[in-house]
Amino acid sequence: MTEQRIGNTFGLDNQVFNSKLVEKEGNRLVLNVGPQHPGSGHFRLIVTIDGDTIVDLKPDPGYVHRGAEKMAEHRTYIQNIPHLERPVIIDSSNILFPYVLTCEQILDVTPPERGEYIRIIMSELNRIISHTYWLSIFGIFLGHSTMFMWPMGDRELFIDLAQSIGGTRVTFSYFIPGGVRNDIPDDFKEKALKTFNYFDKRLIEYEKIFFDNPLVLQRTKGIGILKKQDAIDLGITGPNLRASGVNSDTRKDEPYSKYDTIDFDIPVLKEGDCHSRAKIHLEEMRQSQNIIRQVLDIIPEGPVKHIFRGQMKGEPGEAFSRTEAARGTMFYHIISDGELHPYRVKISVPSFRNLIAMKHLLIGQHIADMPPIYWGLDYWPVEADK
Amino acid sequence: METFEQFLKRILVILFWILLALPIFILPFVFLVIPLLGIDLTDANLVIVALLDPLKGLALADSLGLGPSSLFFKIAAFPGFTFAAAIATLTILWERKLLAKIQVRVGPLYAGRFEGVLQPIADLFKLLGKELVVPDKADKPFFWAAPLLMLSFASALLAVIPLSPNIYIATSELSVLIPFVVLGLSPLLILIAGWASSNKFAFIGSLRALHQMVAYEIPMLLSVLGVVVLTGSFNFFDVVHAQEKIWFIVPQLIGASIFYITILSELERIPFDIPEADSELVAGWLTEYSGMNFGLIQLANYVKLYALSVIFTLLFLGGWNGPSFLPPFGWLMLKVFVVITLLLLPRAFMPRLRIDQLIRLGWIWLIVLGFINLFIAILVSGLGII
Repeated sequence: MTEQRIGNTFGLDNQVFNSKLVEKEGNRLVLNVGPQHPGSGHFRLIVTIDGDTIVDLKPDPGYVHRGAEKMAEHRTYIQNIPHLERPVIIDSSNILFPYVLTCEQILDVTPPERGEYIRIIMSELNRIISHTYWLSIFGIFLGHSTMFMWPMGDRELFIDLAQSIGGTRVTFSYFIPGGVRNDIPDDFKEKALKTFNYFDKRLIEYEKIFFDNPLVLQRTKGIGILKKQDAIDLGITGPNLRASGVNSDTRKDEPYSKYDTIDFDIPVLKEGDCHSRAKIHLEEMRQSQNIIRQVLDIIPEGPVKHIFRGQMKGEPGEAFSRTEAARGTMFYHIISDGELHPYRVKISVPSFRNLIAMKHLLIGQHIADMPPIYWGLDYWPVEADK
Repeated sequence: METFEQFLKRILVILFWILLALPIFILPFVFLVIPLLGIDLTDANLVIVALLDPLKGLALADSLGLGPSSLFFKIAAFPGFTFAAAIATLTILWERKLLAKIQVRVGPLYAGRFEGVLQPIADLFKLLGKELVVPDKADKPFFWAAPLLMLSFASALLAVIPLSPNIYIATSELSVLIPFVVLGLSPLLILIAGWASSNKFAFIGSLRALHQMVAYEIPMLLSVLGVVVLTGSFNFFDVVHAQEKIWFIVPQLIGASIFYITILSELERIPFDIPEADSELVAGWLTEYSGMNFGLIQLANYVKLYALSVIFTLLFLGGWNGPSFLPPFGWLMLKVFVVITLLLLPRAFMPRLRIDQLIRLGWIWLIVLGFINLFIAILVSGLGII
């Protein structure tokens, strides 16, 4: 059976894989990690190993390309919301955030202040939901089953909180151009603070059982080091960049929405190895809770969305905006020709940029270090393929 | 829908079995076997009572040479294979419940009225009902033979392990040594299974198992050697007899620790489940095994776990020695339960090590500590302290 797939970024020819166990030259073995492999996701890594060392690597994305950008050209600004959050459902609010910001520039509306603050709450809740998921998979990739169960269990609490706002568990479709869909429930503050107080204690337990565990340190310290200059050169964003010692976060660098009114820290670590990439996620969850706590104190009363009169048509022109999603910088560029639907929607996702570092990091490593490095880079195949 | 003809056919088949086939099987039993018991055949009720009476059944087994004192009963039932398999099944349940409690889950809950006690049986029937998939390019005879061989080699460990002064299958002057000879063959079986699967991941997994054996085999034998030096005998009965005053775990603490670590490694349990690392090797050398073949391998592994726990108890925890309010067999089982629990626990809080880290641990730490332990044993026995 031949491979029928076309055009791919990494210059992969349509080769049929040798079914012999060992290739003749140099005792090299070609392994197909994915797309049906417990450690891969909807994605394939073609790994050439020599003994226990990875000597060559070809990332092969594209298995879940759904044409989200093209679909967006045939739907109105409102109809675009549910399908644009599908690429990264565990972080669904954060992929919509720049979309609604861009739409607002094109439609020329400003959301009410309460709506903006509720967006921040939802965005940070989603960041925690995404990071707990990330952490639990990172745990099981290292064989640590308790670290798989604990964050997965605690993630439910945040999903419950988000559900009380957005109505569904993962795909909320909550952000709309001009505000948010509905107001938060009255008892939200009380429930949220209770959850945060509990989760603060749990984060300390995570540190004890996982991050300070000597065997985990042995497996992750000094593994897959991404140097500061390399990270900048390769265009990495998000937690990976901050784990390599670059203080860069769109929420601070180019404050959007109401982030400039909130006081929070950007955790930065110097090492750039797997352990610091994991630690960054832990610290970011603390900061996200900190942000939501502050927002709940200062959130004003009022309407949560701008009510549109008539058709949602923008002026001809273009707009873009950039936000910080859980995996890094999320960027939207929309061109409007004055019709009901956008002329072009370009999404630039963090995952695809993080994929570039994968080849850079994995060559020369042991096979056993492949799962933590792969997952540590925060690569989400569906988001990258769009 | 079933047609009338099919319905009629079904009824006829049932009638055939009830009226003709069953009596053909039962009649020889009634006329040839029951007279051996000397039961009055004039009353049909008496026959049924005789068949249901365990004492009569035992007498029947005795008359056929299969009684509790016969070698066949010892090997097949108690203290041989059936007993070990029952303990193995209970261990699986105990492991799942214990891990679930640590990970804030409930674990098996529905099979059986109380806390999922029938879950192992449900799992067994699930495995029996599954299709046995054999890869096209597999080396069929070896692929089929490997699980059975593994189970038989694991059960062979039970042959020389005594459970109390009276309960044993066979005894030998070299009984301490024999289990380790059998254990030495297990990586060979894994290599057969991995090679016969004709799968790259299985092949890498089996090679890792071989490397793992290189790491743990020598320290394991060194730690046993300390006990042999203290006892001056290779017989389990002498070893247990020598521990009447003081358990060998006190002078041989280092040896016991090494033996514990090497048991974990032999059983391929976390943190040493390197050959079946699921995040990089799918399931290692188990990848192609399904259904009851997989079940047999798992059963073999848990029988081995039980056998090694008994060996640990006999060598370091004083075997069946203990105050007289419990019978010797009771003491042994109590200690074995504690050892099994200790062997299950690391799975809750440890990640998987890398193969090079394990070999470094084995060759740099465990072998050196093993020699130190041996030196301590020689010193203790030379000074006549024990």
